[in-house]
Amino acid sequence: MVSRHNLSHAFEIKGGDFGKAGCVSLEIKEILRDLGIDPAIVRRAAIAAYEAEMNVVMYAESGKVVLRLNPKVIRITLEDQGPGIHDIEMAMQEGYTTATDQMREMGFGAGMGLPNIKKNADRFELKSKVGKGTSYNIIIHLNPEGGT
Amino acid sequence: MSQYFHSIRIKTENCDGRMKCLRSCPTQAIRIRDKKAFILEEKCIDCGECITACPNGAIVALTDPFGELSRFKHTVAIPSPALYAQFGRSILPNRILAGLKKLGFDDAFDLAFTCGDTSLAIEHFLDEYQGPKPLISNSCPSVVSLIQVRYPQLVDHIIPIKLPKRLAAKEIKERKSKELGLKPEEIGTFYITPCPVKMIAIKQPLSEEECYLDGAISITDIYGPLLSALESEDKDSYRKSLESICILGIGWAIAGGMHRTQKMKNVLDVSGIAEIITTFDDIERGKLQDIDLVVPYSCPQGCVGGPLTVENRYISYNKILRLLETLEQENIEACRDKREIRERYRQKYFHMQQKYEPRPIQALDEDLGKAIKKRKKKEKIYDSLPRIDCGICGAPTCLAFAEDVVKGDAQPSDCIFNVPVRFKELTGELSRLLDGFGSVGAGKERKPGSEKKRKKS
Repeated sequence: MVSRHNLSHAFEIKGGDFGKAGCVSLEIKEILRDLGIDPAIVRRAAIAAYEAEMNVVMYAESGKVVLRLNPKVIRITLEDQGPGIHDIEMAMQEGYTTATDQMREMGFGAGMGLPNIKKNADRFELKSKVGKGTSYNIIIHLNPEGGT
Repeated sequence: MSQYFHSIRIKTENCDGRMKCLRSCPTQAIRIRDKKAFILEEKCIDCGECITACPNGAIVALTDPFGELSRFKHTVAIPSPALYAQFGRSILPNRILAGLKKLGFDDAFDLAFTCGDTSLAIEHFLDEYQGPKPLISNSCPSVVSLIQVRYPQLVDHIIPIKLPKRLAAKEIKERKSKELGLKPEEIGTFYITPCPVKMIAIKQPLSEEECYLDGAISITDIYGPLLSALESEDKDSYRKSLESICILGIGWAIAGGMHRTQKMKNVLDVSGIAEIITTFDDIERGKLQDIDLVVPYSCPQGCVGGPLTVENRYISYNKILRLLETLEQENIEACRDKREIRERYRQKYFHMQQKYEPRPIQALDEDLGKAIKKRKKKEKIYDSLPRIDCGICGAPTCLAFAEDVVKGDAQPSDCIFNVPVRFKELTGELSRLLDGFGSVGAGKERKPGSEKKRKKS
């Protein structure tokens, strides 16, 4: 019966499209707000989605974000076609960045993206294949105890 | 019945449903039914965009009539610094204050001084502040409402410093009642306002703090009488008049003016609701943390762009700006003793006692499972709509209409594009009925008869 309550939404992101950057996380925020999700959780999900989205815009060719939700959990997955991450452990460290000077001048690529997702998610899994792409699995629990 | 006081009213008899307001509302709080507009109270932030947009003058701000003055033994006008920008460049604040007294106020108080005090208090607050950044100025009540409604997570960012007009009203009542031997309630304090939202601070204070303001009179209402009450010549010399202006406070009337003359830290000025929404979205994403204070004004160019002002907002903006520049060049810094302000700040004179509370918009359903179902339904309805946001259904966008249908506030057939569909359905029904009618004689259709029998038994 739970599956009837599931909500699922897919969003496409184009790499390099800075003009539209942030739209996906805005839409996710709008959906969650509609559902009456606790604003604190909405904000965490929006930040995580935004950082993931920005990584596609900055580094990848394209990506697909899927938001799935049931009354217990929000799951945001992202798969991109991009360069992949050489050293995931390194990439998860605050301040580590491969952004170009130009990106940093624009205020992006401060090396906080992945750590920020981790900080705002209850669970965050990252898989990457160099030369192929990266996939994210972001889980945020809706009940305060955090159990599924 | 209504939970929130709003300062905007629709005069239904003047409304002919031309939808200008529908499209102008930044929070999609207006609907039109049977050619009459109405406001969804939980969504309205009292910005007044609809007042400006309405071609019929059917949307009005709830301000006080001038006659209210007679209720009091002593009356004091407290004009928003935006009033100073409504007249020609040579007309300086002291002449405007004198004009207000000629109009019938017993006194007129220069709010710019209290604004200046508050600017200093904000500076002190920023120096001490350790919490999440950026802080957001509370000077525009529409912005505060916007945060409470759409960005409940940002209420903690609102700077908890009292508003100048409230501080001024309190100060006036205390001082005047001592001086004149009157009770505080016998002294009437009237804010001269550039926008309707300021009324809310009076009629429904955000906190339980006592409000010392007795009323608000709109600039548009007072403009004509005031113009003819202005002395043709300044009694004082131009220089002397300039010296009576508080440079720290007069800038509150324009976007970017609040902190211009101060060493306030890293401040970002934003004006216009659409721009503010973009900025708040950024803050919610965790951006702008290097900014100390955001000063948003819901009206473009600041309070001088308020819906209850008279002068073109760019001209009035320019007037204040030039005035600031002149004061800077001439090195005129009339304002109150800074040490005294610091002392007052230390004694928590400027601190709000209460915190701002969120008032998030109602979800589709309180039960999350049901809300998810309704959200899916909303999307399904939306997909079936033309998505051209024509507004004929009475909702500002197709998405808003889909939501209204799901919430039971509108019918799918209210969409004009559903009319052909409905027409087909009806003609289908009609032909079926006609078919049935034709076959009754043949004895095939027995339903009506059987129903009658059932009723009898």
